[in-house]
Amino acid sequence: MAAAVNPTSLESAPRIMRLVAECSRSRARAGELRLPHGPVATPVFMPVGTQATMKGITAEQLDALGCRICLGNTYHLGLRPGPELIQKAHGLHGFMNWPHNLLTDSGGFQMVSLVSLSEVTEEGVRFRSPYDGDETLLSPEKSVEIQNALGSDIIMQLDDVVSSTVTGPRVEEAMYRSIRWLDRCIAAHQRPDKQNLFAIIQGGLDADLRATCLEEMTKRDVPGFAIGGLSGGESKGQFWRMVALSTSRLPKDKPRYLMGVGYATDLVVCVALGCDMFDCVFPTRTARFGSALVPTGNLQLKKKQYEKDFRPIDSNCTCPTCQKHSRAFLHALLHSDNTAALHHLTVHNIAYQLQLMSAVRASIVEKRFPDFVRDFMGTMYGDPTLCPTWATEALASVGITLR
Amino acid sequence: MMKLNLTKVVNGCRLGKIKNLGKTGDRTMDIPACLLYTKTGSAPHLTHQTLHTIHGVPAMAQLTLSSLAEHHEVLAEYKEGIGKFIGMPESLLYCSLHDPVSPCPAGYVTNKVLQKSTVIGVIEGGDVMEERLRSARETAKRPVGGFLLDGFQGNPATLETRLYLLSSVTAELPEDKPRLICGVSRPDEVLECIERGVDIFESFFPYQVTERGCALTFSFDYQPNPEETLLQQNGTQEEIKYVDQTKKIKTTSCNQEMTSFEINLKEKKYQEDFDPLVRGCSCYCCKNHTRAYIHHLLVTNELLAGVLLMMHNFEHYFGFFHSIREALKSDRLAQLKELICRQAS
Repeated sequence: MAAAVNPTSLESAPRIMRLVAECSRSRARAGELRLPHGPVATPVFMPVGTQATMKGITAEQLDALGCRICLGNTYHLGLRPGPELIQKAHGLHGFMNWPHNLLTDSGGFQMVSLVSLSEVTEEGVRFRSPYDGDETLLSPEKSVEIQNALGSDIIMQLDDVVSSTVTGPRVEEAMYRSIRWLDRCIAAHQRPDKQNLFAIIQGGLDADLRATCLEEMTKRDVPGFAIGGLSGGESKGQFWRMVALSTSRLPKDKPRYLMGVGYATDLVVCVALGCDMFDCVFPTRTARFGSALVPTGNLQLKKKQYEKDFRPIDSNCTCPTCQKHSRAFLHALLHSDNTAALHHLTVHNIAYQLQLMSAVRASIVEKRFPDFVRDFMGTMYGDPTLCPTWATEALASVGITLR
Repeated sequence: MMKLNLTKVVNGCRLGKIKNLGKTGDRTMDIPACLLYTKTGSAPHLTHQTLHTIHGVPAMAQLTLSSLAEHHEVLAEYKEGIGKFIGMPESLLYCSLHDPVSPCPAGYVTNKVLQKSTVIGVIEGGDVMEERLRSARETAKRPVGGFLLDGFQGNPATLETRLYLLSSVTAELPEDKPRLICGVSRPDEVLECIERGVDIFESFFPYQVTERGCALTFSFDYQPNPEETLLQQNGTQEEIKYVDQTKKIKTTSCNQEMTSFEINLKEKKYQEDFDPLVRGCSCYCCKNHTRAYIHHLLVTNELLAGVLLMMHNFEHYFGFFHSIREALKSDRLAQLKELICRQAS
């Protein structure tokens, strides 16, 4: 079925994305988001700074790495320090002193991650606070209200999220409820001129449910769409098929944000499938466990094999960590209680992700994206035939072969 | 060999310049001075990037042998020296045997010979005057580059009783060699020791302040303009009032170590305080962030709290040492001392 874009309801929707180049083979696109706090080149990886901080690196360091958009989380910030305080501090930008763009998640994902502490009804999600046992109701209206106070450039609808491993009627219920909640979010949104509300496509791993969700949500007047409910415990084979289905039905002139994806291979494949924006805690979290990301995978720097390795993490990396320090020094520092070790790796891993996206984008603009993909897979897996099956299939589905 | 040129001595306080430092012998260091405190060769919490946003970082960093000893095989194979290994190739380096923050019983210090480095002689002797004098005289006979006064650390009461020993010891030491002291880092104690002929100190105090979620706020502005005096007096009085109240609370919650030179950002009253840690401070934290933000980071256990507090506390502390040198230059150390003592209660 061809992409179903309904012209009448969408003429007035703001176009925040400008397409700069498209791959003639795959669905990959290079573009530019025009957001209140400045332009953002796409495809883009957005680091996650859940509680108004990027885990030990300063705003200045993050800016110097070239980051122009990062994430905050409504559930966490709504509890601590709370929307009233953040509003007094001139919004989340003012509170954390971040001059570029912010995207806030709605709190929906916490429904899955904190499932034992939450209860979902048509009204909203009731959470029991792990800190003081207090109960809070996060409704679509409440989520948008908090995000309005936070003032982030992109805000997410509250969606009814179920784990991708859940099957049965709950998935359908969540999909339809997400559509109803989208409408409630749109109605409650007080600042559409300053903050861009994105819809989140649900439907689990069921192609029909997803198609229905796509058809309904694309009738709504929103500046962008996220593909949600994936990147949980599902198989990669199911994962890519849902992503591909979603991008085939989403309008071309609006950004596609694939939530929770951040592994290098996944990023490259999903760009090929037509996604523009990504977020994931993986690179920053893995840094704090002593793992450095490199084009061939990762280096577990705490391991003895790096004790006398005097090379930088990656000789082609331009980040401050690689400019100044060796694997051996980082190994030694990781075995101490000096937190600087974690910050060195956080800086590098964010640099790695951003440099990867930059390289992807350049290859699309220069009309050599398929070659880039082949080189990338070759470096990562040694031989194109050793590339994971799901990735080979996904790429083949959009015309990129690895041999 | 490094050489100390004294510019002046006022009431036992020495102002001067150590020359012929570094690999090529062309570096200098003003005294009184503090060393940059490091853990495993890195300033705590700070990468090269964040360290270099701090103004007034000392020319010499302190490494602790205790944290580096386990890596000696690696360093031997590296062959290019510890400075380059830790990413501080331009820094002057002082290697102490112990980490002042992880205490070790005094007296367990032995000489170690390091190639191409200047050896510092250690003065021991416990609390016995005779032994102290013997240690000082004998060590002074050796061709050492300077002297480390060991065994004066402990709690504030301990130092007080040992100050008289300190004067006697430094009186036995040659004028033209620097005197370092280990384990003394509090602003009031630093001044007491400078008055008794000590030149170089460790900067672990700002690190300890950071680790308890506090920020240094004491004033070292010994000649403020009248308007600032009024503002600061109002500020200081308010702070002292609160400190007295909270000190009582603190002792019951086992946080007796907090001093009156700092504020505790975890306190609820900072939740909506949008002022910088210290008004007028030029550090990255004060120029970019508020007390409310630091409070939030501490309450949510975020790593950035340590980073920002360390940046502020180091800069504040290095500023204090700068003010000591300036005060000595313009013969105003008494004013500075009075200001610090007023805040030390």
